[in-house]
Amino acid sequence: MSPYLRAMNAILAREALRFVTQRERFLAALVRPLVWLIVFAAGFRAALGLSIIPPYQTYITYEVYIIPGLVAMIQLFNAMQSALSLVYDREMGSMRLLLTAPLPRWWLLFCKLLAGVLVSILQVYAFLGIAYLYGIRLPPMGYVWVLPALLVSGLMLGAVGLFLASTIRQLENFAGVMNFVIFPVFFLSTALYPLWRMAESSTLLRDICAWNPFSHAVELIRFALYMRLNAEALGWVALTFGVFLALALWGFDPARGMMTRKAR
Amino acid sequence: MDALEVAELSFRYGRREALHRVSFRVQPGEFCALLGPNGAGKSTLFALLTRLFVARQGRIAVMGQDLQAAPRAALARMGVVFQQMTLDLDLSVARNLAYFGALHGLSRREAASRAGEVLERLDMAERAGEKARDLNGGHRRRLEIARALMHRPRLLLLDEPTVGLDARARAAITAHVHALAREDGIAVLWATHLVDEVAPADTVLILHQGRMLQRGRAQDIAPEHGLAAHFMALTEDAAA
Ligand SMILES: Nc1ncnc2c1ncn2[C@@H]1O[C@H](COP(=O)(O)OP(=O)(O)O)[C@@H](O)[C@H]1O
Ligand SMILES: [Mg+2]
Repeated sequence: MSPYLRAMNAILAREALRFVTQRERFLAALVRPLVWLIVFAAGFRAALGLSIIPPYQTYITYEVYIIPGLVAMIQLFNAMQSALSLVYDREMGSMRLLLTAPLPRWWLLFCKLLAGVLVSILQVYAFLGIAYLYGIRLPPMGYVWVLPALLVSGLMLGAVGLFLASTIRQLENFAGVMNFVIFPVFFLSTALYPLWRMAESSTLLRDICAWNPFSHAVELIRFALYMRLNAEALGWVALTFGVFLALALWGFDPARGMMTRKAR
Repeated sequence: MDALEVAELSFRYGRREALHRVSFRVQPGEFCALLGPNGAGKSTLFALLTRLFVARQGRIAVMGQDLQAAPRAALARMGVVFQQMTLDLDLSVARNLAYFGALHGLSRREAASRAGEVLERLDMAERAGEKARDLNGGHRRRLEIARALMHRPRLLLLDEPTVGLDARARAAITAHVHALAREDGIAVLWATHLVDEVAPADTVLILHQGRMLQRGRAQDIAPEHGLAAHFMALTEDAAA
């Protein structure tokens, strides 16, 4: 096996192992979307009539509509949390160790990113499993189709997180940025409402949602869950991934602060 | 060939200069103590040596491999123990070693046999199955040293490896690493602010406020038991 793949294997296996040993982290990641699904979506079920829009072929309940948004939310939080842990705490030491491996830095960072995506995918499947038990059944093959979509959307969100982590200098600010990133990104997307409903309240809102890369991630997942490829969404997600990864790698200069503070 | 060659290395954090034209060499088998008070620039130097930071001025070479021009060849020849602990506490000793072995391109089987060797070398063979969290501070450090030897480096860098350990654990680790230099011919760069970790035959580099103040054998720099006083005088003087 090439040293590149060997390292990738090891990094992914380590993350997966850590994931199964840290049960609280796992549960915390599931509680948030489940609360949305069970409390929020159920409460709004009556209030929101949804018309038939692709990829749906029949009327759907609001709970079914927000599943892809909640899946993307899991990935969003996971990405921001990995980014945070990269900046703040325990992971910093392991990052330093990782960077002493005799491989190109971009490859090591990419593997790290992929490991975070792997964890988010495990979380997503756990969530879909619980949703299934709760009564939300998607087409069986949709559970397979969504895997590549999750990989791409997870990479995109992970790259955004890495970019933020490598750019934002003050740790204190980072938590604030999270609030400034996560909430607008989530609310101003198609996660909670389809575009046409947004357009009813304001076209500006609609345009923002249509541009938001997170919307594209949500739509990519939504279509994949119904065994359809949304090529436009895929294109935007891939582009966003490329841009943010490039920016993150370019901006990744540990000397500029983040990794050294604690090391002293 | 020098195991480590550092030439005219400077580094600044923004406008603050942390290292100023630092130069030194370490030979294979040499135990080199990098002695400096807190804030001297030791960890900064280690960050540069391990390519965490990129040096804009100066040159670093490991076994003749330039860190800038051939980073992978240079990194493959060095083992590092950072000041801050970098073990996965929830994983077993063996898994910690296997992970690191894979990062260095070892196959699973090679990594397992190397893990046996390095644990043996650090007198920890019986602990392979334990969780890292269950090890005491001294054994965690020893495990980190063992891990740094997995890929058989010719140069071993340790940044204040005994901080926070009791006297007995400190003595054990100091003895182990001295043996690695003496018996295995590994070049050691050992950063510390504790003079009592230095043996008379060791090389001493005194770093203060980012400058290399002195270099020489411990026994030549100061009379026996006089190194502490010498070090204090030197670093106090410069501070005043
Ligand atoms: N990330 C950083 N940003 C700014 N200054 C730093 C940073 N890290 C270290 N320094 C400063 O650089 C000097 C050297 O620090 P360091 O290399 O950690 O010393 P040592 O390891 O010898 O205690 C100190 O004055 C310290 O305050
Ligand atoms: Mg230090």
